[in-house]
Amino acid sequence: MKINVFVTPRKNVLDPQGAAVGHALESLGFAGLVGTRVGKLIELEVEAADTAEFRARLDQVCRDLLSNPVIEDFRYEIAQK
Amino acid sequence: MNVAVVQFPGSNCDQDAFQLFARGLHLPTRYLWHKDTGLGDADLVVLPGGFSYGDYLRCGAIARFSPVMAAIREFASAGGLVFGICNGFQILCEAGLLPGALIRNASLEYRCLTCELRVEASTEAFHPGSLGAAVRLPIGHGEGNYRIDEAGLARLEANRQVLFRYAQNPNGSLGDIAGIRNERANVFGLMPHPDRAFERFHPSQDGVAVARAVLAARFPEMLRRTG
Repeated sequence: MKINVFVTPRKNVLDPQGAAVGHALESLGFAGLVGTRVGKLIELEVEAADTAEFRARLDQVCRDLLSNPVIEDFRYEIAQK
Repeated sequence: MNVAVVQFPGSNCDQDAFQLFARGLHLPTRYLWHKDTGLGDADLVVLPGGFSYGDYLRCGAIARFSPVMAAIREFASAGGLVFGICNGFQILCEAGLLPGALIRNASLEYRCLTCELRVEASTEAFHPGSLGAAVRLPIGHGEGNYRIDEAGLARLEANRQVLFRYAQNPNGSLGDIAGIRNERANVFGLMPHPDRAFERFHPSQDGVAVARAVLAARFPEMLRRTG
């Protein structure tokens, strides 16, 4: 099973990297830009069945390691069963 | 009074921290390896600066799961003294032993300079009456921008957990925060480097008094020591 985990800076947390990329986009003349946030994509390949128990374990590692809940949000999608 | 300095793969201020305690404070000091599962006879455990595990994922995120961290967590919960400097501070935040998190400097630049730090009235030792109104310590970091939610910041302030504030904020830190302690006052974290401020050729020698202030949380006699 392939899982894509998306980790993004929390909405109310300053994102200096996003701001810098936003400025660069503006200087390229990219019109209408209202916001830029930079996060991470983590691709996992796991040999497991997609059960409630597995989802609970996945949630746990997303919270404990892959993201820091003080500054980041996460979500994931099962890309391929 | 025994000091232990933890070495993670990628630590690069482990020897500076070792020298600060061994020669700056004349205390028996030794290293611990990140795979150690016990802390021996340590009274103070120091997490030094550097780039543990290459700063992969987030600064301190991987070090937090090192075997030695389980022992440090247990040690801290029993009231043992833990001191994180720079990357060590980041590790303590990731481990939840200190509140908040450190993100990329607002300027996006790595900042390396000697900072003036305003001393807050936090403990008997971290106090203007003990350390003076300000100390000077070097910083060297790209991720020292302290962040915490509003409720967390209110708690920090109400409990007087802020140790130092930058006189001129170099990294965008909330409330100009340069260092904090936990509520119980046995876990301390600083972005500035006392371990780069004790030799005669360093830009400041205030690091010794700051290290002594950490030890004084458990060993009040450190406050009266002059040598």
